[in-house]
Amino acid sequence: MRPGLALTWRRIPERYTLKGNKCTNCSTNYFPPRKICPKCRRHGKIETLYYNGKGKVYAYSEITAPPVGFELEIPYVLALVELEEGPKLTAQIVDCKPADVKIGSRVHVVFRKIQQDGEEGLIHYGYKFKLVK
Amino acid sequence: MRRVAIVGAGMSRFGEDWNRGFRDMIIDAGTSAITDANISGDKIDGMFIGTMAAGRLIGQEHIGALIADFMGLNPVPSTRVEAACASGGVALRQGFMAVASGMHDTVVVGGVEKMTEVSTSEVATALGGAGDQEWELFMGATFPALYAFMAQRHMLDYGTTEEMMAHVAVKNHKNASKNKYAQYQNEITVDHVLKSKTIASPLKVFDCSPITDGAAAVVLMPYEKALSFTKKPVEIIASAQASDTIALHDRESLTKLKATEIAAQSAFKQAKLAPRDIQVAEVHDCFTIAEILAIEDLGFFKKGEGGKATMEGLTALNSQISINTSGGLKGCGHPVGATGVKQAVEITWQLRGQGGERQAKNANIGLTHNVGGSGATCVVHIMKKE
Repeated sequence: MRPGLALTWRRIPERYTLKGNKCTNCSTNYFPPRKICPKCRRHGKIETLYYNGKGKVYAYSEITAPPVGFELEIPYVLALVELEEGPKLTAQIVDCKPADVKIGSRVHVVFRKIQQDGEEGLIHYGYKFKLVK
Repeated sequence: MRRVAIVGAGMSRFGEDWNRGFRDMIIDAGTSAITDANISGDKIDGMFIGTMAAGRLIGQEHIGALIADFMGLNPVPSTRVEAACASGGVALRQGFMAVASGMHDTVVVGGVEKMTEVSTSEVATALGGAGDQEWELFMGATFPALYAFMAQRHMLDYGTTEEMMAHVAVKNHKNASKNKYAQYQNEITVDHVLKSKTIASPLKVFDCSPITDGAAAVVLMPYEKALSFTKKPVEIIASAQASDTIALHDRESLTKLKATEIAAQSAFKQAKLAPRDIQVAEVHDCFTIAEILAIEDLGFFKKGEGGKATMEGLTALNSQISINTSGGLKGCGHPVGATGVKQAVEITWQLRGQGGERQAKNANIGLTHNVGGSGATCVVHIMKKE
């Protein structure tokens, strides 16, 4: 699916700045942000939390069979990154050789183009991660 | 609750079927199941159809009505059910509940997917909808990548190897070679798997279930009535379903599917049985690692020992437990919406003793396990022969 303009617009704060949230009732941090804390539900107290963009590689895979829109990117490394504040997210690891990525590698967030709706379409930006040298 | 039996089962030949369309395949499977049940169409009073992505793959929605119409079953109420790759299993559960509750008497449960009308990357994108579109797929994730993460962590935590995973594919191709409905009728070797092209490391082409066209159907009715239609009714003695986070990154553990564990525990409790009581099981091997997780999470093997057990042949036909006698998703094929229903068809045949060359000995109790996405939906059914 090509993400629409409104969807991209709504997600800009989260994808550009790693804006997530936390439940102060049970002290759980969430990224992507949630409207309802799954642990506390109606009793949860959700507040904004900006992540510092540092984390570790929890799992990774070098993708050679791409979905639509990523044909020019292959091979690329996709990872589950465990943020310092707790949550894990899915993102690409860039600016390195795939062989340099290991479980436990320290990474930090970078702002990058994620995909584009064809030659003249909307460009979608967001987070990717780089290895900490 | 009324007891529920499967009285008819049928499926289309699975494969890359360019000569037949969506409706041809489901009509083939539906007609086979109804003929097998030996009932006339005017007895049918409800239909549930599992289809994941007809809108993306063939541009068709409103699948329930389409199938009722072309099966000649109007005005029977017909409902499409969608739960990604678990659509078929969830449709079966809906049919089960409809008959058990007394709301319907004779229900046809179908599953169908036509996947080869579009390019491979279009299929990958459509199947991606089973995950979290905004936070996984948007970033370039594919399903092989999500299962690759699980494989990598299972290898790290339990010493599972690529060779162990390859044995899942080898075993399932061997079973499929004895199934005339299977997409692949050829055996393969561990070497074939290990030397095949990498899709999402460490998973290779032969670790992945294929893109498949196909359909399957079963006919359900109250157990007491079933005895007047068939001497070999297969009773559904448990039906359980559980949900988990849509995105893999939100799971505490990548080395198990919690929804499988919960659904299995519930199903065994309903059936008053334990995993050791099952002789034959169709489990959701969308990737080789998925079968290893499944046989552990269902309780057939201890956590971490599924890969080793597979390599030692403990899941082969007529070993400790016969897993995926149909060839599973890997060998028989994986038309996503049809898979959960095909599993019920295979177990019905096994329990009736109609497995032919791939018949499991002493098959009295069977289990089906159907997963949606990376484990956000899991459905487990247990079936017993009379």
